[in-house]
Amino acid sequence: MIAVLKHELRMYFHSLTAYVFGAFLLAFVGIGSMLYNIQAAVSNFEYVLSFGSLVFVVIVPILTMRVIAEERKQKTDQLLYSLPITTTQVIVGKYLALLIVYLIPLCLICLYPLIFSQFGDVYLLTSYGSILAFFIMGAALIALGVFISSLTDNQGFAAGIGIAVILLNYYSVSLSEYISSTAFGSVAAICVIIVALGAVIRHLTKNDTLAYGTGFVLFAVIMVTYWTDATKFEGLLPNIMTKLSLFERFSSFVNGVFDMTAIVYYITVAAFFLFLSVQSLEKRRYN
Amino acid sequence: MIAVEHLTKCYGDFMAVDDLSFEIDEGHVYGFLGPNGAGKSTTMNIMTGCLSAMNGCIKIDGYDIFEETDKAKKLIGYLPEQPPLYMTETPVEYLRFVGEAKGLHGAELNEQIGEVIRQTKIESVKNRRISALSKGYKQRVGIAQALLGNPKIIILDEPTVGLDPIQIIEIRALIKELGQTHTVIFSSHILSEVQTICDRILIIAKGKLIAFDEPENLEKRLLAPNEISITTDAAAEEIKRMLAGISHITDISAEEKENGFVEAHLKTDHDDIYEISRAVFLAFSGSGKALFEMALKKANLEDVFIELTESNDAAGKTTERKVAHK
Repeated sequence: MIAVLKHELRMYFHSLTAYVFGAFLLAFVGIGSMLYNIQAAVSNFEYVLSFGSLVFVVIVPILTMRVIAEERKQKTDQLLYSLPITTTQVIVGKYLALLIVYLIPLCLICLYPLIFSQFGDVYLLTSYGSILAFFIMGAALIALGVFISSLTDNQGFAAGIGIAVILLNYYSVSLSEYISSTAFGSVAAICVIIVALGAVIRHLTKNDTLAYGTGFVLFAVIMVTYWTDATKFEGLLPNIMTKLSLFERFSSFVNGVFDMTAIVYYITVAAFFLFLSVQSLEKRRYN
Repeated sequence: MIAVEHLTKCYGDFMAVDDLSFEIDEGHVYGFLGPNGAGKSTTMNIMTGCLSAMNGCIKIDGYDIFEETDKAKKLIGYLPEQPPLYMTETPVEYLRFVGEAKGLHGAELNEQIGEVIRQTKIESVKNRRISALSKGYKQRVGIAQALLGNPKIIILDEPTVGLDPIQIIEIRALIKELGQTHTVIFSSHILSEVQTICDRILIIAKGKLIAFDEPENLEKRLLAPNEISITTDAAAEEIKRMLAGISHITDISAEEKENGFVEAHLKTDHDDIYEISRAVFLAFSGSGKALFEMALKKANLEDVFIELTESNDAAGKTTERKVAHK
């Protein structure tokens, strides 16, 4: 794991990736603090982070696109498979290296509130609470990026999908307002999701019985619940979309609340996608 | 050392490896021979833990590659068909990573890196970016990587493909040298290569093992339809008349050359080809016709290979030969 971590870090700093990532993050947060803290003379650094979180849409895919896709393309994944290290160690090593690359510009950002506090009252507690939350939210998004990269051997494709998914997540709360909140609408949407899930299972496992079985069981459950108590589905879809949004949860930190459930949610998301990445790598041995 | 039992692997409907079993002993150079798509790479990938198998088991020095993966992998150094190199690094950085991943550190790591660099003769390029190296040097860096950690078994998948003739000779010499201290398994579809380096040859086709023997034995096996080529100034009819007395000549085909000579090919079913050539010589010596050239044609590995990979009853032969080998 340490070997993978050191190796990945060396690769990031040999190539432009780490520098581009850091430069983008610093530039965006810099612009934010110029607009809010200097021009508008607001003493809340957390607003800057709220503004800056949009930059994740671009920089996380840039950072994570090559992490596994490139290994597959260059066939270096064969080396990783043949070395006496487990797939979990590979993924965790790579992920920790990404976190370190992410932490370096963040350490610089940590100086900003201190600098601003020289010129007035800055709420340091909320500032640093938000920076911590910002870090953990980014960590969750990076895990998502790692997973997307593990699905393909094309960096560009991984970046494109990554941008689309994160952008969708960013706007999912605004989008949810336009979505039907009736019970029937929710059921229809869930049915579409079940079909998609079945297709994914079928594609990954090449097992028809499993895919159709899972699909039918889920359909049956949904239908039975719908007929017994349709009210359960009212407003379900917009609700889910709001709940899934990583960015929406960040707003409570900006408002000065250190929300432990959000932290737990971020960590769960990160762990979930890392687990899926391990499975995705493992699966390649079984194709 | 390595025991492969009933190994089976499918890609969808395609049977890449079909109930393959063999055993490999310590301290030889083994050649893995087969036409493209025979399942060589697949078998090697499974043996090194890069791929799963649908069925069967592989024991590396007693450790199951699927169960005790780490212990088994530590005994193997593997160079896949395409050397798995990180192009932005230098060989030294790359070897450092592989060494650390293999559990080496500190002075031992530095010592081993120096040792493999010396062994594979990449001293002069060790601080250049790998992307700038020639194919031959890339291959050597790949081999150096396999040698780290001093594994007992070195598995090389087509190590000489795409190299120029001098590089091929150098890599072959390196493989021979490695064979003195390690068990080396390497795959190839070039017969002469396998013939010169290997102590044992495994031939696989369509995922099945069709022969496992020493190169000389494999040749011997197909020596039966021996052939003698002669060049003479006798006409075709005369040749046939002269040699009619030799009972073991089964077939004579003659062909007139531009310079007036006749080249004839004699097939024999006699075990001792020299006996027949003596008879041919004596037949000519009394006839007043000259014998300008006489060549004994033995079946080479090429013929064995073609014969074996094209024969339809491959499965039947497999079992028979495995028993013979044991």
